[in-house]
Amino acid sequence: MALLDVQNLQTHFRTPEGVNRAVDGVSFHVDEGETLAIVGESGCGKSVTSMSLMRLIPEPPGKIAGSIRFQGKNLLQLSEHEMRAIRGNDISMIFQEPMTSLNPVLTVGRQIGETLRMHQGLDKQAALARAVEMLALVGIPEPARRVREYPHQLSGGMRQRVMIAIALACNPKLLIADEPTTALDVTIQAQILQLMLDLKRRVGAAIVLITHDLGVVAEIAERVMVMYAGRKVEEAPVAELFRSPRHPYTQGLLGALPRLGSSLTGAARRLAEIPGQVPSLKQRIEGCVFVGRCPIATDLCREFAPGLEEKTPRHFTACHYASKGAAAA
Amino acid sequence: MSALLQVNDLKKHFPVRGGLFSRTTNWVYAVDGVSFEVERGETLSLVGESGCGKSTVGRAILRLFDITAGQVVLDGQRIDDLSPGALRSMRRRVQVVFQDPFSSLNPRMRVRDILAEPIRNFGLAKSSAELEARVAALMDTVRLPHDALNRRPHEFSGGQRQRIGIARALAAEPELIVCDEAVSALDVSVKAQIINLLQDLQQEFGLALLFISHDLAIVEHMTRRVAVMYLGKIVEMAPRRQIFTAPKHPYTKALLSAVPLPEPGADRNPIILKGDVPSPINPPSGCRFHTRCPFVFARCRTEEPMLRSAGDGEWVACHLESLPEVPGPLGDPRVRRN
Repeated sequence: MALLDVQNLQTHFRTPEGVNRAVDGVSFHVDEGETLAIVGESGCGKSVTSMSLMRLIPEPPGKIAGSIRFQGKNLLQLSEHEMRAIRGNDISMIFQEPMTSLNPVLTVGRQIGETLRMHQGLDKQAALARAVEMLALVGIPEPARRVREYPHQLSGGMRQRVMIAIALACNPKLLIADEPTTALDVTIQAQILQLMLDLKRRVGAAIVLITHDLGVVAEIAERVMVMYAGRKVEEAPVAELFRSPRHPYTQGLLGALPRLGSSLTGAARRLAEIPGQVPSLKQRIEGCVFVGRCPIATDLCREFAPGLEEKTPRHFTACHYASKGAAAA
Repeated sequence: MSALLQVNDLKKHFPVRGGLFSRTTNWVYAVDGVSFEVERGETLSLVGESGCGKSTVGRAILRLFDITAGQVVLDGQRIDDLSPGALRSMRRRVQVVFQDPFSSLNPRMRVRDILAEPIRNFGLAKSSAELEARVAALMDTVRLPHDALNRRPHEFSGGQRQRIGIARALAAEPELIVCDEAVSALDVSVKAQIINLLQDLQQEFGLALLFISHDLAIVEHMTRRVAVMYLGKIVEMAPRRQIFTAPKHPYTKALLSAVPLPEPGADRNPIILKGDVPSPINPPSGCRFHTRCPFVFARCRTEEPMLRSAGDGEWVACHLESLPEVPGPLGDPRVRRN
């Protein structure tokens, strides 16, 4: 049984201009200890998906439908009280902005200790001792001193380490990391990615990594799911996805990416473009969501939304012409 | 012929105020002795991490503030000490595209007025008909439809707004455009559109670009030369190919090796630097990189390395370069992943 099994997740928001279908019928699963990356551009629904998993979407105006089974339990049917026992304990989350997601007026020790006291019933002393251990685990030098400091006294990279320490304090089964390195510099990003890989081996938590950075995906994910305009368009093991992307959108994304080493290969001086823009999510989209920007779209695509099909083992694509697309690429 | 832009030993120190009566208690040495040239029609990229001073260099050239020391010379004329009146005509020749297309356009102005303002300011159109024609031509140049002229910035997507920002910069017919993280806020597919547009425009108008970015893959794609900055100094400057295929400075090597590649299972050997960038308020003595450098030795802590020519237009500021053989005295410090 999968650790997390999401079926037909729909997260919609009521707005004055109509219903915004931020996530529109997405299904996926995460196995124990696995790293699944959800990639896509702004507005594709990847962050809303992660917030929905934690039930952090304010309702109303939001509305979550479908099912989210975690260890067999449907999270959408739990009471708010039961949900609080899961958040930060069995499932925890790392956010993009370590400055705004830490409380500026509490020491980092208090903030790490808070989850331990709440979920594991540790007393103040024990929680603080464990907080020092956690800081050491995430590679912060002088943890005994740092534990008494406030977020503003730490650098961006250290704050992100503190966030990871908080997230891992209760040994979660599932860690949701929403753009964990996007706000960091590249040398600090390399440190944090290495830390996440290390910790994953030691702690064994499954990770759902939300990112727009295909380099980060290649670095730490095992399986990748590509989202576009609120729907899942492709899913495959990471090597397979980069080697033979089948959906025209995934192909476009990979083609539009400038790569290091272009001066060596003397590669083409122009990047491939995906023309046009993401469609508005406020109108119901009948056909394929990518139809307006797709180089191989036909009338069939405009009328019928393609379902996800397993074209090769474990490689799912939602495109009427996926095999044709692969040939064209 | 001399270079279009020359920057000589540029310094910009910002005061840190605090205590009683907001006295200056300290200085941020944001840019501390930077020199480079930009030729007509070429792209020079400034790269480095947050706080290295790359944006401050860009802003100093635009003279968005007065500099602390040094010279900025445009086409043979010093512009860092010009009076505001005399500066005006120079401003036309150097324009800027900012990172955030949401906050760098006035939300209350229509696109037509945003584009007309620089043309009027610099008296580039003789009649209102000519003004109108110029504005329309700008829209064609950045590939936006003419009916967009009557709309306001909030009606556009991020990529379209960045096109408007580029059109505004072009309106003054500049010779140099400072692109301060001009594509960093955009999504991959839109980023490719804007990069292609910038390259087309550079060809068409013979523009020089000072491309300030932290995204090394994009820099490699579009630049001719690169200057790598660390804590307010240039540590290495070289043509594109040398920087990306044979970097010499340990910081450049670490920076390049830290970029995650979109190739799963790629055989990488990243140099993971320890610790954080030190504060520019109290920069380290000697070589500013010595606190994180895997090859550090005694001389680095006391003596600051000067930027020296390594031939072929390549400049490096590192004591190792004067030693007979790299890797340094501490053996191979590279940390293997896995």
